Amino acid sequence: MNTQQPMEDRLWNYIDGGCSPAEKSAIESLIASNREWQEKYRELLNVHQLLNDSELEAPSMRFTKNVMEEISRYHIAPATKSYLNKNVIRGIGAFFLTMIAGLLTFVLSQFKWSSGTHTSTSPIKLPSVDNLGLDKLNKIDYSKTFNSAWVIGFMLVLVVMGWVLLDMYIQQKKSQTT
Amino acid sequence: MHIELTDTEIIRRILQGDQAIFATLVQRYQQYVFTLVLRFTDNREDAEEISQDVFVKAYRSLADFRGDSKFSTWLYTVVRTTCITFLRKKKLDITSIDNERTFTQLENKESGFNANSIEQKSRHAMVNEAIRLLSPDDSQLITLFYKGEQSLEEIGRIMRLEPNTVKVRLHRARNRLREKLEKNFSHELKDLS
Repeated sequence: MNTQQPMEDRLWNYIDGGCSPAEKSAIESLIASNREWQEKYRELLNVHQLLNDSELEAPSMRFTKNVMEEISRYHIAPATKSYLNKNVIRGIGAFFLTMIAGLLTFVLSQFKWSSGTHTSTSPIKLPSVDNLGLDKLNKIDYSKTFNSAWVIGFMLVLVVMGWVLLDMYIQQKKSQTT
Repeated sequence: MHIELTDTEIIRRILQGDQAIFATLVQRYQQYVFTLVLRFTDNREDAEEISQDVFVKAYRSLADFRGDSKFSTWLYTVVRTTCITFLRKKKLDITSIDNERTFTQLENKESGFNANSIEQKSRHAMVNEAIRLLSPDDSQLITLFYKGEQSLEEIGRIMRLEPNTVKVRLHRARNRLREKLEKNFSHELKDLS
């Protein structure tokens, strides 16, 4: 253990019995030879013993009876594992991942990548701010965008996945009722 | 000869439909739960209500106890969530649960102890009073370590912390407790040493 570690931390470690044999003998010799260590050790040991001897607080005498009366109205719920279908969770995850991937692809496809200025210091062609089309946001022809085959295909995938999830959910409900 | 059932055996029997045996678990852990809840609320009436709620919730979700940790460890997670929900309902500021500032008010109130009444208090009461002056996180850490018989690894698992972090926090919590004891109970400490 690092000898620079504060004295109190080392002593607590020693009291808890969490130090190595080498560290233990080092601390024992410090306690035996050094007055400051001796006093601090006595101080911390006193707190440790107080905590060890302390008692837990007790609730009222009727406590157990009250709890038993209360639980008589309830049933044990089935284990969470038994009603959480991992396939449903995976399906929901896949649904959102596809949506995010689709949106990212769509956004990236809107950039005019080839029109960036290529210099020797920047080997990667970055889109110029002018070509991001931010200033032309209002001029976008949305009917064209949503008519493209790519967007329609993407929406179809989402709809199909939505149907699959709904089907899985209904199947699960059916199996629970039967 | 009476053989004491283990927690796992009791739970297995409860899950098989023996509801009455749950009383054994309640008796076994009521002081542990009540003390931990008191570290959160500092009000015995509230603590009793929350503790009952903890046992009801524990009973209802007993099927979720997988047995890969001690029952007391699992029970503590129920204590913590129940206390936080209760405090949220009471609209208390739980965001600063680590912050001792929240307890300044309590400390000011407590630091005005009547010297005569303190003299009459037992050593046990003195330690509990000092623990109450700490933040809930500090006081729970101390309770879990000393009274919950939880190892640093188990506390780390409950609190989602590395055992080393738990160790450092425990050292600090005990140092803060020592400061509280010295500040509020210096005479009693001298008598004890």
